[in-house]
Amino acid sequence: MSGGAVAATAAEQQDIRSPHNDGGATEAKGVGTSKWTPYVLLTPGMLWLAIFFVVPTIVLLATSLYTGSLDTGYSFEFPGNWSTYSAVITYLPQFARSFVFAGLATVFCLALAYPLAYFIAFRSGRWKATLLVLVIAPFFTSFLIRTLAWKTILADDGFVVTVMNTLHITDLMSHMCLGSLCLTESDRVLNTPLAVILGLTYNFLPFMVLPLYASLDRMDPRLVEAAQDLYSSPWTALRKVTWPLSLPGVVAGTLLTFIPAAGDYINAELLGTTKVSMIGNVIQDQFFVVTDYPTASALSFVLMLAILVLVFLYVRRAGTEELV
Amino acid sequence: MSTTAGADLRIIDVTKRFGDFVAVDDLTLTIPAGSFFALLGPSGCGKTTTLRMVAGLEEPTAGSILIGDEDVTWAKPYKRPVNTVFQSYALFPHLDVYENVAFGLRRRGIKDVKKVVEDMLALTELTGLAKRKPTQLSGGQQQRVALARALINQPQVLLLDEPLGALDLKLRRQMQLELKRIQTEVGLTFVHVTHDQEEAMTMADTIAVMNAGRVEQLGAPADLYENPRTTFVANFLGQSNFFDGSITERGADGYATVDVKGNHVRLPMGRVHTEGSSVHVGVRPEKLRVQFRDGAEVREHENRLEVVVTDSSFIGVSTQYLVDTPWAQELTVFAQNTHRDERLAPGAPAIITWAPDHSFALDAAQDVEAGVEIDEDAATPDPVGVGS
Repeated sequence: MSGGAVAATAAEQQDIRSPHNDGGATEAKGVGTSKWTPYVLLTPGMLWLAIFFVVPTIVLLATSLYTGSLDTGYSFEFPGNWSTYSAVITYLPQFARSFVFAGLATVFCLALAYPLAYFIAFRSGRWKATLLVLVIAPFFTSFLIRTLAWKTILADDGFVVTVMNTLHITDLMSHMCLGSLCLTESDRVLNTPLAVILGLTYNFLPFMVLPLYASLDRMDPRLVEAAQDLYSSPWTALRKVTWPLSLPGVVAGTLLTFIPAAGDYINAELLGTTKVSMIGNVIQDQFFVVTDYPTASALSFVLMLAILVLVFLYVRRAGTEELV
Repeated sequence: MSTTAGADLRIIDVTKRFGDFVAVDDLTLTIPAGSFFALLGPSGCGKTTTLRMVAGLEEPTAGSILIGDEDVTWAKPYKRPVNTVFQSYALFPHLDVYENVAFGLRRRGIKDVKKVVEDMLALTELTGLAKRKPTQLSGGQQQRVALARALINQPQVLLLDEPLGALDLKLRRQMQLELKRIQTEVGLTFVHVTHDQEEAMTMADTIAVMNAGRVEQLGAPADLYENPRTTFVANFLGQSNFFDGSITERGADGYATVDVKGNHVRLPMGRVHTEGSSVHVGVRPEKLRVQFRDGAEVREHENRLEVVVTDSSFIGVSTQYLVDTPWAQELTVFAQNTHRDERLAPGAPAIITWAPDHSFALDAAQDVEAGVEIDEDAATPDPVGVGS
């Protein structure tokens, strides 16, 4: 959604610029010095957001308060059918699972992406462009197909699980439990939380790598030399200079990973079972199987709010405004 | 700030190769404790590479580096008693001035830094800017933060990599004097890398002129300027006129006589830097005295040459004359504007004279043009990126 807004704004910007340049009056006045220019530039994006975000959100909120069913028709009766929100209590485990899975996937993504982004930014030399293309390369295949491929990768008789079983990793992980939910079963990975988390990690990894790369690439590598010159070991230099300077990328990357991962249902659908379903699966079922639109809308709305609150707390804590 | 003396820095037979390129070629230097030492040379001469090897940011291909009696050749940069003022400063953009300056102390686990940091901010005239971020500082202020951040650790050797390159001329002059003041005050060994000959001469006690990975000549600024041993040094530090000639007599009176196209030029033996007879005789433009030929007063023993004025340009503090020798070689003469002779117009017959002690003779095999016109000011990097 926001991608579309950016594209529209960029296109508008082109339109504004070209007449000025053709007129040759840019020297004296400069592009965008008119006080209306910012508003003109904002308009397409704002319109886009108003039509495709604000209006649907209001419709969603309204739908969640409807009474009736698909057969009898829906209607709104004041003060609205708030009982739909009781579904939030019913599906609390799925909510919790969504955030735990998404959180773990985000942590794994960060752990995998940071060294990779660091390498691409500082050490890849002439391979930089190639490596960046490789990071994006998976996008050339459908999300669905890539996720299905993990079914094969994590198959019970597949190489990965066989090795994990031999090394007793699967067994070890089957003892890592949160309540009744354990990371794996004693001899299999598919249809367990681990499979879903791995799928999420895999699918959202590029969204972590790219912002991290962008913020690390912007960093002056001489700052690391300066840190080492001032008695920092490489590890301390990483902790005290590189990491704080890459925080904007870390924040952007974790948000870009966590938010879609929390609402995802494909990975849980294809790599998990109903026992490990996430809130996305519940909403999908409510819409398309049960066709209980009000409940589905209520769950969607609560999911959105919950993510907003989490993001707000997270960004406040990360203190991004402190970073230049 | 206590005045701890630094330590001798010894660079012994150090070579650094990058692939086929020899950046530093068998360099040996001893930099005495407490001195202000400049490595001067054009870009690519190996001066920055030398500095980086001392800092530990590059490893030498061969040779060793000693600070005091300690061999630090293979020591990690964070384990050396050396700090660097980086070109365009490399200040930490996420930390304020105070934390930038305190960085080294904190890394060494020193808890009570307040007093030391405040003293250092006072020394570098940064008091009151402690809470600013580097991006909120002017170029000169950033430069002082970079200096304070390094100095506060009281390193045995302080390395300065083109520290003033990003400043404008006026500020650079001011900082040159300030750096010199601070060095005298703290008494540390400063090693200063620069391509700016004036900067090197203003600040350093000793200058090593580097070219193509080697030291061309080492000495006090005045010695280098007055008595260069190679054409590179003669041209890189200031300007020089050269005549081709051959030594006809190495006299017992301590003077040599050189035949320059039939003219006899005398100079002290101590200023003849070749064993051969074919030489370039050099003399600085400001050492030449130009007079109208009729009625010119020429002192005894002075070297003289009849010339024709081809151009004169008034530069304010001096006048620059271009004159042609009988064999049509152009020479440059700088004359103080104390008594300008209006007759010295283009075409005027003139005579130039200079004291024998002001010439020097170099091996004719050397390139007369070496070190000429290497003006890097345009290529000096700006401080962009410091705060981004």
